[in-house]
Amino acid sequence: MHIHKFEKIWLIFGITTLLVFLSVIGVSAFYLGNQPPSCLATINPEKVDTTAPFDKPGLKKVEGKEWDYELVFVASAFAYNPGQVEVPKGAKVKVIATTKDVIHGFEVAGTNINMMLEPGFISEYVTTFDKAGEYLIVCNEYCGVGHHMMSSKIEVVE
Amino acid sequence: MSTKSINTIVDRRDGKLAMAHFYVAFIALAIGGLAGLLQTLVRSGKYELPWGIGYYQVLTVHGVVLGLVLTTFFIMGFQLAAVSRTSGALTDKQRMTGWIGFWLMTIGTVMAAVMILLNEASVLYTFYAPLQAHALYYVGLTLVIVGSWIDGAALIMAYASWRKANPGKPSPLLTFMAIVNTLLWIVATIGVAATVLFQLLPWSLGLVERVDVLVSRTLFWYFGHPLVYFWLLPAYMAWYAIVPKIIGGKIFSDSLARMSFILFLLFSIPVGFHHQLMEPGIDPAWKFLQVILTFLVIIPSLMTAFSLFATFEMFGRSKGATGLFGWVKKLPWGDARFAVPFIGMLAFIPAGAGGVINASHQLNQVVHNTIWVTGHFHLTLATSVILTFFGISYWLVPHLTGRVLTKAMNKLAIIQAVIWAIGMTFMSGAMHAAGLLGAPRRSSFSTYGGSEQAAEWIPYQVAQAVGGSILFLGIILMLYIFINLAFFAPKGEQEFPVGEVADAAEKTPMVFENWKLWIGITVLLILFAYTIPFIDMIQNAPIGSKGYKFF
Repeated sequence: MHIHKFEKIWLIFGITTLLVFLSVIGVSAFYLGNQPPSCLATINPEKVDTTAPFDKPGLKKVEGKEWDYELVFVASAFAYNPGQVEVPKGAKVKVIATTKDVIHGFEVAGTNINMMLEPGFISEYVTTFDKAGEYLIVCNEYCGVGHHMMSSKIEVVE
Repeated sequence: MSTKSINTIVDRRDGKLAMAHFYVAFIALAIGGLAGLLQTLVRSGKYELPWGIGYYQVLTVHGVVLGLVLTTFFIMGFQLAAVSRTSGALTDKQRMTGWIGFWLMTIGTVMAAVMILLNEASVLYTFYAPLQAHALYYVGLTLVIVGSWIDGAALIMAYASWRKANPGKPSPLLTFMAIVNTLLWIVATIGVAATVLFQLLPWSLGLVERVDVLVSRTLFWYFGHPLVYFWLLPAYMAWYAIVPKIIGGKIFSDSLARMSFILFLLFSIPVGFHHQLMEPGIDPAWKFLQVILTFLVIIPSLMTAFSLFATFEMFGRSKGATGLFGWVKKLPWGDARFAVPFIGMLAFIPAGAGGVINASHQLNQVVHNTIWVTGHFHLTLATSVILTFFGISYWLVPHLTGRVLTKAMNKLAIIQAVIWAIGMTFMSGAMHAAGLLGAPRRSSFSTYGGSEQAAEWIPYQVAQAVGGSILFLGIILMLYIFINLAFFAPKGEQEFPVGEVADAAEKTPMVFENWKLWIGITVLLILFAYTIPFIDMIQNAPIGSKGYKFF
């Protein structure tokens, strides 16, 4: 099968660009550890309130871990618990969240925290809050009639 | 000896079958378009829905009616016409099969629509468990899919009889492309059929109490991404094999066109995880593998872009164009059959770039489930694909109804496309921008308790409503043109353009018709990408979920 010379040049250029691009995100994912949230831990969605750490939602200082704080959220139609939380600026925080009923989203607007909360699974993401201010948490996965009322707030304070 | 004659006119009886599909498709356009307008108005914060209609009910209508009904009916109608035109009239048995498929799809559509109207199924077209719709909604959607398989069977039967009558010859290009797209559709819909029949239906009927949410989502997205290629490939059929004839040029290369279609078949299915990058329960290494497979469709996309512009340039130069871009002026800009799909092609440049961003593993975190994504697929599906479908309608509808596209309608069609482009620039542009600021998709108007961040999104939502209103004007124009072409345009013969291959291009290798090979590789790739993660999901599954009706 004949391929025109210009088309060969075009495809070689395109495929090379593609390989460079894939290498960049590959190195970022596997060498720098920038993986999307992919926690494999499970939980009984009907017993969230009595299962640690979800029995005590909110911010907790931890010792001897790679992060300074754990920030635990429980989502259910149509609210997050806690409804508002303060985080010290510069703190390295592991956000841990799950849902008690249907699928919800967990997006902290203006940050890279964006994960799906699915019944039976725990979602986690480690991040550092290095800019003070108020960050809105929104549910970004349709969960029912009150979906757009479902929000919370993280206040990063000095 | 061939018993089938190849005509330049689609058999009148096949034409009726195709037109039946188009009537449903354009009714869907009217209803879904109105729903879309209402959504943008509500989200601007300046308008509320009357009579207790829910935002998410309207959103479900919009997604089901445009994403599933309009597309599937239009595509099946177009493919039936294209196969009949290029491989000869369907036999009575094949045509009857097509009609059975059509009626099953239509009955399924009506069932799903009734359940949505009764607010028993406000679960959106993605129907993520454990939100639970009425069982008849799932039955309706199943019938749409089963009907499309039967429609597809008619196409495959017609292809088989052509091959039998023409041993050793490559099938006509348009027929070949329709068959690739049909196979893609059948392989892809097995996923959604499996979750609906084995998980959601028994669960909604109360036969089982719980459903495995992650397995259901994974089966849905196994279908959900090839779905977008099922929409796109008919547009590519027109771009590769029909538009060259309309401008008076030649198809750049028959073999390369077939190769790109085969590559789409191989690489558009084992990629569903790129819709699930942000979710728990799937190992990130498997997500990354599917990201790589996702990006392999960039190769046939680059081939397509090259072929199209090579065709345009060769045509322009054959008309005496000089200089680097002189050929652009020689293209028939006044012909809606060319100009309208061309705007669609242009939209695919930003649309494709946005798609690359969305699928980029960790980069997806910035845009996942924000309204950026909505902006993205309103460029791909709702501009590139739909403008090409409109462009096809302008000659196909009069061809099938024995009428002609008049000069006045041609002009109106170009105005329609320009209006569409302007409306979409506002709407999709504002969606992309608001999405980057964090505005979620699929959400009614909300100030999120007076949040400052949410307040920043509102001006963009107003811009979306402006764009949505302009687009609705475009829909009204389109419906007017369709009704004219179907019922009122002057009688005559409108050409069904089918491109010829450029002289320099060589004989098409028969390997492209080796379906055992291509389906075999497709299945192997799917098994490679899905087997281990699927076993993991089932072995490590949490307790299943009961159904919730939060609507």
